[in-house]
Amino acid sequence: MSDPILVVERLYGRIAGQQVVEDVSFEVPSSGVTALLGRNGVGKTSTIKSILGLIDRSGTVRLAGDRIDRLPTHRIVQRGVGYVPEDREVFGGLTVAENLRLAERDANPRRELVERLFPDLHARRAQRAGTLSGGQQQMVSLARALINDNRLLLVDEPTKGLAPKIVDEVATALGEAARTVPILLVEQNLHVIRALADRVVVLSGGRVVFTGSAADLLDDESRVQRYLGVHDAADEASHDVGPAASVAEPSEGLR
Amino acid sequence: MSTVLLLVITGLGLGALYFLVASGLSLIYGLMGVLNFAHGSFLTIAAFIGWEVGRRVSDGTWWGLLVSALVGMVVGALVAAATEYFLIRRLYERHIEQALITVGLALATVALFEGIWGTDPIYTARPEWLTQTTEILGAKIPNDRFLLIAAAALVLGAIVLFLQRTRYGLIIRAGVENRSMVTALGIDVRRSFTLVFAIGGAAAGLGGVLASVYYGYVSAHLGSVLLIFAFIVTVIGGLGSLTGAAVASVLVAVLQQFANFYLGGTGDLVVVIALAAVLLVRPRGLMGKVA
Repeated sequence: MSDPILVVERLYGRIAGQQVVEDVSFEVPSSGVTALLGRNGVGKTSTIKSILGLIDRSGTVRLAGDRIDRLPTHRIVQRGVGYVPEDREVFGGLTVAENLRLAERDANPRRELVERLFPDLHARRAQRAGTLSGGQQQMVSLARALINDNRLLLVDEPTKGLAPKIVDEVATALGEAARTVPILLVEQNLHVIRALADRVVVLSGGRVVFTGSAADLLDDESRVQRYLGVHDAADEASHDVGPAASVAEPSEGLR
Repeated sequence: MSTVLLLVITGLGLGALYFLVASGLSLIYGLMGVLNFAHGSFLTIAAFIGWEVGRRVSDGTWWGLLVSALVGMVVGALVAAATEYFLIRRLYERHIEQALITVGLALATVALFEGIWGTDPIYTARPEWLTQTTEILGAKIPNDRFLLIAAAALVLGAIVLFLQRTRYGLIIRAGVENRSMVTALGIDVRRSFTLVFAIGGAAAGLGGVLASVYYGYVSAHLGSVLLIFAFIVTVIGGLGSLTGAAVASVLVAVLQQFANFYLGGTGDLVVVIALAAVLLVRPRGLMGKVA
């Protein structure tokens, strides 16, 4: 097995002096999707932000073997880390095209890929992002991360609050992206996790309490109940799931 | 009719002056969240040095005024950029310290200017045309108002073009909305901070030179006087909104002129009442974003 793309060791994160990530250690393999799971408020988003340096943090974070925990956020991103934040955070006053242009770091941005994955965005390129629907804004947010040839994507709750059809589209896009770039995915929708994730890391109380394959967790109802506090209704559905094939019922997520 | 026209056009001229100061304040607050109380000092030093150079080149001529304006813009930009780089940069997100250091800088520089140029106003020579009036529909408009309006329109157009057509402009517009997300796209937003200070300083520098034309003198307190109204304009327009600053500059100045004429010199009082009304009814200002 190749070396992991991301190694997190003894990561601590603080917001306004309050500890929100505590002694978190895990690895993200150099391919596939690793889901970062846990109940609401356990520190998943804070862990992602700690990795990126968006909040005060200590500990060791290595990207492809190089320490990045002392770098400012923009330098970490410039090393090939794409970020899709929770709640999209598109620039509402900028057009779709401007949002994407702002995100372009590479000399040859992957505009064709973005246009193929999100044809609706191309049609709406002159529209202000603030006037888009939530789903369309999520497309912009994903497109900003996919337009560069990244080494790792950090994707935080990409299906949050979206309609089932849009959840499908997001999962399809992530599935396609995962063929070329490893993804660390924070997600609450178990159908999406089942469709996309190869490995899972489960947080509880700011710490890692389970690491293993997605099947090891999701096929064990008692673990799902214990770690995530939900009943995985997908167990009663088909286990034969390809990317986006089983995400038609997003309402079965954790919320 | 001629009185109303006179008040409107002189109000526009004064509003132009307010805008030259407020544009920088608004951009700086919008991108960096810094309330820069030292902004008036950029204006004052630019006015003094612009005047010093201009009078040596050609006192009281258009050529001398042009040199003054260019020197004033350069000085304003350099002093502002240096202030950001050496003093403000270490204090982002520390608003109390920012206020303390910029207030301290403003007070110290006024004392420094008084030490160098004295406490009394120094009257300046202007091109003859600027001392004359032009009659429009019976109203005799002081010509310097036209210069102020043209300069402010040029500055507004230049800043808008910069913001709309350049990558740095794109970064600044995005940064005004969500600074941390700009950083999360791999952009060193701090470079833009220095640039925005420099742009604001250049506009204030031009404002300083033109203020010396408007008032007919330079003084160590030139910036302090204009800064008060620039802050009022920035708040009424909406902190961080350049368009809001432009609209509010005109509204405030015209209101001030009318109140001064029709309400017995109560212009300043009326402006403060207008500020209070806006804060009560629409705290984010005319065109400011929702907090």
